[in-house]
Amino acid sequence: MSDAATSGAASRLARHLPGFLRRADPAVATAFACIVLLLAVGSLYSTSFLSPDYLLQQLKVASFLGVIATGMMLVILLGQIDLSVPWVVAAGAMMACAAAAHGPLGEVLAIPFGVLCGVAIGAVNGVGVAYLRIPSMIVTLATNAVAQGLMVVYTGGFSPQDSASAAMRWLATGNLLPGVPNAVVAWALIGAATVFTLTRTTFGRAVYAIGNRERAAYLSGVDTRRVVLVAFAVAGGLSAFGGVLLAGYASKAAQAMGDAYLLPAIAAVVLGGASILGGRGSYLGTVAGVILITLLQSILSVMQMPEAGRQITYGVVIVAMLLLYGRAPASR
Amino acid sequence: MSDWRYRMTEHRGTLLAFGIFVLMFVLYTSNHPAGLTANVVQTASNKGVLLAFIAMAQTLVVITAGIDLSVGMIFILTNCLASWLVVGTPAETALGIVLVLLAGLACGAVNGAIVIFGRLQPIVATIATGAVFFGLALLLRPHPGGGVNEAVADALTGKLFGVVPASLVTLAAVVLVVWVPFSRSRLGRTAYAAGSSEAAAYMSGLPVRRAKFAAYTLSGLLAAIGGLFLTFFTYTGEAAHASGNAYTLFSIAAVVLGGVSLYGGRGSVIGAIFGAFAFRTIGDLLFVFDFDPLWQPLFQGVVLLAAVSIGAFALVRVRNRLEWFG
Repeated sequence: MSDAATSGAASRLARHLPGFLRRADPAVATAFACIVLLLAVGSLYSTSFLSPDYLLQQLKVASFLGVIATGMMLVILLGQIDLSVPWVVAAGAMMACAAAAHGPLGEVLAIPFGVLCGVAIGAVNGVGVAYLRIPSMIVTLATNAVAQGLMVVYTGGFSPQDSASAAMRWLATGNLLPGVPNAVVAWALIGAATVFTLTRTTFGRAVYAIGNRERAAYLSGVDTRRVVLVAFAVAGGLSAFGGVLLAGYASKAAQAMGDAYLLPAIAAVVLGGASILGGRGSYLGTVAGVILITLLQSILSVMQMPEAGRQITYGVVIVAMLLLYGRAPASR
Repeated sequence: MSDWRYRMTEHRGTLLAFGIFVLMFVLYTSNHPAGLTANVVQTASNKGVLLAFIAMAQTLVVITAGIDLSVGMIFILTNCLASWLVVGTPAETALGIVLVLLAGLACGAVNGAIVIFGRLQPIVATIATGAVFFGLALLLRPHPGGGVNEAVADALTGKLFGVVPASLVTLAAVVLVVWVPFSRSRLGRTAYAAGSSEAAAYMSGLPVRRAKFAAYTLSGLLAAIGGLFLTFFTYTGEAAHASGNAYTLFSIAAVVLGGVSLYGGRGSVIGAIFGAFAFRTIGDLLFVFDFDPLWQPLFQGVVLLAAVSIGAFALVRVRNRLEWFG
């Protein structure tokens, strides 16, 4: 009743707005409003917060999360979830570094090999979800455990000694265009490809259709199982590529380096207005969510908040924002 | 269908879990250098009971067709809390235990309130609350430390009459005090009904929200009992992120092995307990066969992957392809 009243008021208000604002998703708009709010709060703490250097640095840090969140978004649009991110990120990084240690040919193949390992793990997820019909939450947790086990056996439980190849370092820290970090360019390219795929191809349409109702998509002639398999494989590849970038940034891989990326990736997608039940969400929202989370993390570290406080703020902010606009409709 | 056949089908998952556990345990003890002695059983049961409590906590939520990805963190948080409170005179220790259990109840209630009244998806909501619980644990114990009333700890992790592991007796007592009354009450039946079909349960006039809330809250309590036991075993509190995550993962593995349906409405805590025991024994099998401990995470992962894939055999019997899509 009150929902109907507010939406009525909102639609009356919307008629007076310019077209691009009228079409905007309220969730995406809220997320961008929160970004502006965070920047304002941050500039109170430190004047350098609004300097181009600092913002560009934030965008570079955001691009690692952005690449990983892109894969997560694909999977969430299907109405599934990928909990194997932590060790796919680590496996991508470790395998790329391991390949880089194998002479000049390894140097060249380091990045493709790391990504390929991620695609392989993602494909296992996809087979489990699409063909064996195992709930995605379960099968991705299991492959995460297997990936962790493989990496522990491979590294002997220590951080591997191999360092990142020059290409990986250049990709993560270099500047091809003056002033614009390569990592940001990579994220922009991946983002553009994702937007094109989701809005202009049958594959993208099928992803949204499956997220809404897989049964209906199947009856409309979509090979839903293959679409799900491909989406999971791509998501695994993107997670691993995020790991490759991270390894290039830190110039080596580390145990548990991906643990800090699972919650932020899911949170970024969901805060960007995508429905965790699938079928609804835009890439613009995910970009907003990624920037929002990166800024939040940055502000908390500028405020020199200890790890405990960061975790708490983080969880509370995510729950609070979801309560604002991520609630399921009332069933009765 | 006759009565006993109905009961057999109803409890097939639990019986299967029991069978797997017995098989694994026989394999384990027959290859153990010391054989089947009271000490071997005590060590095995102490490790198994720890996971069993977390698996019970997960089961309660899974029965309502939800999932709790914060059980591991409630476990860690209550461990850190217990390392401060469960010390001193008997009266102080008793008060401490009560406070730790209340803290667990509160964590579960927060999860329940957010999921049921906040109408958020359990996956996202409990990942987020898990971060909060872990943050609180770090606040309590930035560095591992603290203590516990060692007399109580030794009594609860030792042996009764020199034979029976006390932890097993405690587990049985918790089942009798928490699970049996809950599963036989109106709320418990409603939790099953809500997991099976929430709309139908609501239409039948059952208190769906209250039942789900009770399930989440009791789940917090059971995770807190697990946290208490962890403190009794280790004598310290430690905010270990990896350990919390591992227990969350293992609890889901135990639930799946224990024949509890992840779609809700099917299975029991008893199955999950045997699932937990079986999972722990499988992990320990590597030791008695003299494998490098480095292989343990991989082995557990592969077992988990195999266990969840077993359910796929039901697909072969599906006559109409549309049933794939649930």
